[in-house]
Amino acid sequence: MNLHEYQSKQLLHEAGVPAAEGVVVRSVGEVAGALEKIGGDKWVVKVQVHAGGRGKAGGVKLVDSAAEAEEFARRWLGQKMTTYQSGGDGLPVNAVLIEPCTDIERELYLAAILDRDTRRIVIMASAEGGVEIEAVAARDPEAIKRSAVDLIAGPMPWQGRELAHQLGLSPAQGRQMGDIVVRLVNLMLRRDLTLIEINPLVVTGAGDLFCLDAKFNVDEGALHRQAGLVDMRDKTQEDEREMHAAEWSLNYVALDGSIGCMVNGAGLAMATMDMIQINGGAPANFLDVGGGTTSERVTEAFKIILSDQAVRVILINIFGGIVRCDLIAEGVLKAIADVGVGLPVVVRLQGNRHQQGLKMIADGAPSSAEIYTEVDLQRAAERCVELAGEKRT
Amino acid sequence: MSILVNEDTRVLVQGFTGSQASLHAEQCIAYGTQILGGVTPGKGGTEHLGLPVFDTVAEGVRTTGADASLMFVPAPFCKDSILEAAHSGISLIVCITEGIPVLDMLEVKHVCDSLGVRLIGPNCPGVITPGACKLGIMAGEIHIPGRVGIVSRSGTLTYEAVQQITQWGFGQSTSVGIGGDPIGGSSFIDILEMFEADEQTEALVLIGEIGGTAEEQAAEFIQSEMSKPVVGYIAGATAPPGKRMGHAGAIISGGAGTAEEKFAALERCGVLPVKNLAHIGEAVSEATGWARTPVEAP
Repeated sequence: MNLHEYQSKQLLHEAGVPAAEGVVVRSVGEVAGALEKIGGDKWVVKVQVHAGGRGKAGGVKLVDSAAEAEEFARRWLGQKMTTYQSGGDGLPVNAVLIEPCTDIERELYLAAILDRDTRRIVIMASAEGGVEIEAVAARDPEAIKRSAVDLIAGPMPWQGRELAHQLGLSPAQGRQMGDIVVRLVNLMLRRDLTLIEINPLVVTGAGDLFCLDAKFNVDEGALHRQAGLVDMRDKTQEDEREMHAAEWSLNYVALDGSIGCMVNGAGLAMATMDMIQINGGAPANFLDVGGGTTSERVTEAFKIILSDQAVRVILINIFGGIVRCDLIAEGVLKAIADVGVGLPVVVRLQGNRHQQGLKMIADGAPSSAEIYTEVDLQRAAERCVELAGEKRT
Repeated sequence: MSILVNEDTRVLVQGFTGSQASLHAEQCIAYGTQILGGVTPGKGGTEHLGLPVFDTVAEGVRTTGADASLMFVPAPFCKDSILEAAHSGISLIVCITEGIPVLDMLEVKHVCDSLGVRLIGPNCPGVITPGACKLGIMAGEIHIPGRVGIVSRSGTLTYEAVQQITQWGFGQSTSVGIGGDPIGGSSFIDILEMFEADEQTEALVLIGEIGGTAEEQAAEFIQSEMSKPVVGYIAGATAPPGKRMGHAGAIISGGAGTAEEKFAALERCGVLPVKNLAHIGEAVSEATGWARTPVEAP
């Protein structure tokens, strides 16, 4: 789960990490009051969406009058912003963060991540701030300095001092960095964050370290003990179909092909998409219906797949382990009848009682429905690609 | 032999009286696994599935002599339950549960390592040595005893491989699901090392997926430390970057962790790569020179 910049900064303030004190506005009418509250004569206005690349998309601006700030708010609030990270349709802009202008001497990069390979929290810092860290890593991996947090001792100030030293900062700035990394990692541990990214961390004109932007990622598995963070969830920034699917314990990710997939198990769901591609087709989605597949969930899965206008064929691929394929077949038949699926459906069943399941589908399918049954995954994939008209035979 | 579990493995089920635990414990018992009882705090002294229920793992271990735990405890309580097992004389913990907080796993993994306790999972289908012991939620019937070791990050995808290995008549020594979480108890390398040392295992199938670099590390280990032929499959060639594909660990981040990179690493290190899931049985035949000796499809 992602947080907005203003929410991340709220957590930084709570943790005692120096970051801009801004005001969030949700309508043009609130802008003048916010500027007055902040004071000064120059401000930064920033669109709040769950995607990087806002600056390049025109979503960050330096303004020096209320009229200019209002003009910015009017342009963006209620609109959608498209960046290289937002996906094609863009994300709705419901809030703009207004902050006082910061006097920037130098831009750095600071992050704390959960590193799966070393199984440690790793603090990363780079002298190149304000740019994509992936680009820095690709060009010069040595430019990113790392320090792993000890599991027993937790974060220590020396780690920040050492990183600061490697970036060529002064001893005084090193002490500030030590304080910041200890607070950041403790915040991560306290709030079940899997990523904290401060990009850029700036050196101000007065020589102090200061967080100019903040991007946090929350561990969804830990939301049961992070009530305050659950309230920060902004559902408008998430894919509607993916969220609807999640309500039914279905894992759905939209893709841009024409063959809809319904599979049990995440690994097999990915492998099924790959099979479609190997055979010359393009998957329309990833969809894991999970282990305890019921007819209600199959019905919802059909609805979600059919809500994608690009889908021309649906492939159901179930490997019955503990789940019995005859029960799956029953669910599929009921769902096809309830939803009125108007597209060809290829059903591939394998494993526990698959013969019975396939027979039930062959016998029980309504004559109006175009249903094909397969045992072999390769043949099922070929059939789908053929039906989708993506391969000339 | 086999690895991790065999007919002598003595098992307690943690979270025993829950519905999933009951369903799967029953199937394990039917398969022949020595389930000796279970643990549900507050229900000690009662019976479930005709077996004793204990309040604590230590009590269960003292009473039954169990050395393994099969865990179905809900995710918020798993850290507590895994650590209880690790401190109570259990040497193998198989955790099926999905959705354990990552920070919990950091600590759990550290403690298990320091105590010398082997943790498989979480978020995995478990471990099976065909014909001897099933410690998990996989369908026993699709397996036959044999000479191919399987290690995988995925559940149903593993069944697909298992079935092909069965249909080609090779059978499995042991099949291990290490789980789809970013931080698991055991890595590919941990399991590969055991298979290399196991006499029954003559060839291996490694099933990976996008996200992280575990497959790349495994490939290097295979090149430098292993003598047995390995066939490798990676799921997620069509997965878009930045999207979590079901498993918490299956995400391409910052352009790293793609199927393409993983396949390249496998190939570079002498692993026979399989791009088409339907060709795993065939690839094992190719890597080993074994002829197909079809058995009745189970």
